[in-house]
Amino acid sequence: MSTRHSAASYCLGIESTADDFSVGILSFDGDVLANIISAYIPEKGGIHPREAARHHAEVAGNILEKAFQKARIKPQDIQVVAFSQGPGMGPCLRTGATAARALAAYLQVPLVGVNHCVAHIEIGKLVTGAKDPVTLYVSGGNTIVSAFEAGIYRIFGETLDIAVGNCLDVFAREAGLRQDEGVPFGAMVEKMASQGQTFISLPYTVKGMDLSFSGLLTAVIQLLHEGKHRLEDLCFSLQETVFSMLTEVTERALAHTEKLEVLLTGGVAANKRLQSMLSQIADEHNARFCVVPKEYALDNGAMIAWTGILAYQHNMTLPVEESFVKLRWRLDEVYAPWVGG
Amino acid sequence: MLIKKGAEASLYLEEWHNRKVIMKRRLPKKYRVPELDKEIRSYRTIHEPQIIHRAKAAGVPTPTIFMVDIAEATIVMEFINGKQVKQVLDDFSAEERRHLCCLIGNLIGRLHNRGIIHGDLTTSNMILTPRGRVVFVDFGLSEHSIELETRGVDLHLMKTAFQSTHYKYAKESFGMVMEGYAEARGNEAAKHVLEKIREIEKRGRYVSERKEAEV
Ligand SMILES: Nc1ncnc2c1ncn2[C@@H]1O[C@H](COP(=O)(O)OP(=O)(O)OP(=O)(O)O)[C@@H](O)[C@H]1O
Ligand SMILES: Nc1ncnc2c1ncn2[C@@H]1O[C@H](COP(=O)(O)OP(=O)(O)OP(=O)(O)O)[C@@H](O)[C@H]1O
Repeated sequence: MSTRHSAASYCLGIESTADDFSVGILSFDGDVLANIISAYIPEKGGIHPREAARHHAEVAGNILEKAFQKARIKPQDIQVVAFSQGPGMGPCLRTGATAARALAAYLQVPLVGVNHCVAHIEIGKLVTGAKDPVTLYVSGGNTIVSAFEAGIYRIFGETLDIAVGNCLDVFAREAGLRQDEGVPFGAMVEKMASQGQTFISLPYTVKGMDLSFSGLLTAVIQLLHEGKHRLEDLCFSLQETVFSMLTEVTERALAHTEKLEVLLTGGVAANKRLQSMLSQIADEHNARFCVVPKEYALDNGAMIAWTGILAYQHNMTLPVEESFVKLRWRLDEVYAPWVGG
Repeated sequence: MLIKKGAEASLYLEEWHNRKVIMKRRLPKKYRVPELDKEIRSYRTIHEPQIIHRAKAAGVPTPTIFMVDIAEATIVMEFINGKQVKQVLDDFSAEERRHLCCLIGNLIGRLHNRGIIHGDLTTSNMILTPRGRVVFVDFGLSEHSIELETRGVDLHLMKTAFQSTHYKYAKESFGMVMEGYAEARGNEAAKHVLEKIREIEKRGRYVSERKEAEV
């Protein structure tokens, strides 16, 4: 069913939902020609949307140039420009959208607005070869279990409050873990956890199919400040509890949908313990377990370009005057006619 | 005899002191550390019968609990003789159907009046006995809540169940459910929940059903 396009069809995708600004260039056949990422690293504390947006604006020209160099194509070779239209932080999204509009206008090519969450799933499918998975998407801003059903990526479960990556990050910061160059907080918690021995009971909150992490975070921070437990044990218990919650909801979705693949993506997907839990339930349900490699699991432009191609092939282009960003654009609000068939 | 293997628990139909019972067993999960696994299974094994008792006290027929074995994470309960509402609804006359749906709505209203959210309202989790009682089973996903949102989600699930399994008369049936619900909870409360359900549908979470909802 896949129609082959001339090798000269390319899409450029701009990702800028949060702290990363990234540009990807893909051919319509799904070859990644470039995927350049520039991360904004805050001085301290969490992300400040305005600061991040300023970073994005400053690096945009440079990253675009680098992407063209890497891809070894000329801007004129681009057929379509895609950008992350939401969900995300307003100032960050707007910076990316502005760059995309300008580029599309300059090249006189169509513009496609891409949903960030859909893009994570689509690139995951492209790199792992998964066809129709139950997806667990876990990052600093999102925690979603979804599967495709009747034209949309249906949400089977999601967080009712904070995202799981955020939960790990806040705890790590409270614990005074210092962020080394390029090592995410989640990875530091993982390392600490591997030296944990004693399991400490923490609130486990699964409501139906949805998850809640804020009560658990408060409880574990309180235990931290009481100072009666080893930090290793707290990290271990925190990880065991949150990942068990994620695995339980994913397994339910898997049992309910009877799909044959489990796809793990987002920044937290790098965690080995989470991978091993999910791979166990995948085994038990005779499903294939796929982890998206880091380059494509973190926020990246390639995923936006690829999803842009899929949408473009279904004529889902966006008039410039309708290309406003959507801060709370839900995964299941996106009609995805390119799936299945 | 195993009758259902779910993601969380397995259901067995067994003989137990000369009665037919349902044994619901929560099996250990290998992916969890043993301490957490035990904690979750014991908690739920205790929690589910408690909610079943409270539902009964609210006037909603539920299976009688015969035994709770925390160590084995097993609940032994009365086997309800009858047919799933799912199986009988299609054979009913319009009048019988309206009556049944109204009764179901009334029972849901009673649960909500006591702050109980069933969490899995489908027509296969309701059993119609030969004497015309409707018994609610499977409280595995239930919780305590008096929030409008949670009540809306609970009923929305019921609506979805009608749309997917009984689509021909889903609208009428759900309408009757809401009439029964209003009987139990009052017209104002029912109106508010209905508005909430509309809001939930609009939110996009259930976008695939939006078309039907607007009919
Ligand atoms: N090994 C690991 N174990 C657990 N968490 C990890 C690990 N490595 C990274 N993380 C977490 O992943 C998160 C970052 O992921 P990502 O870049 O996808 O998030 P984001 O920028 O908020 O993305 P999104 O916009 O998709 O929500 C952080 O919370 C980080 O701590
Ligand atoms: N105490 C009980 N007495 C009689 N039947 C029961 C009892 N508890 C559960 N059941 C029945 O067990 C069966 C399996 O449960 P369940 O409804 O979860 O699975 P199902 O029939 O596959 O439907 P679905 O997955 O759509 O909910 C159902 O028919 C349910 O009505």
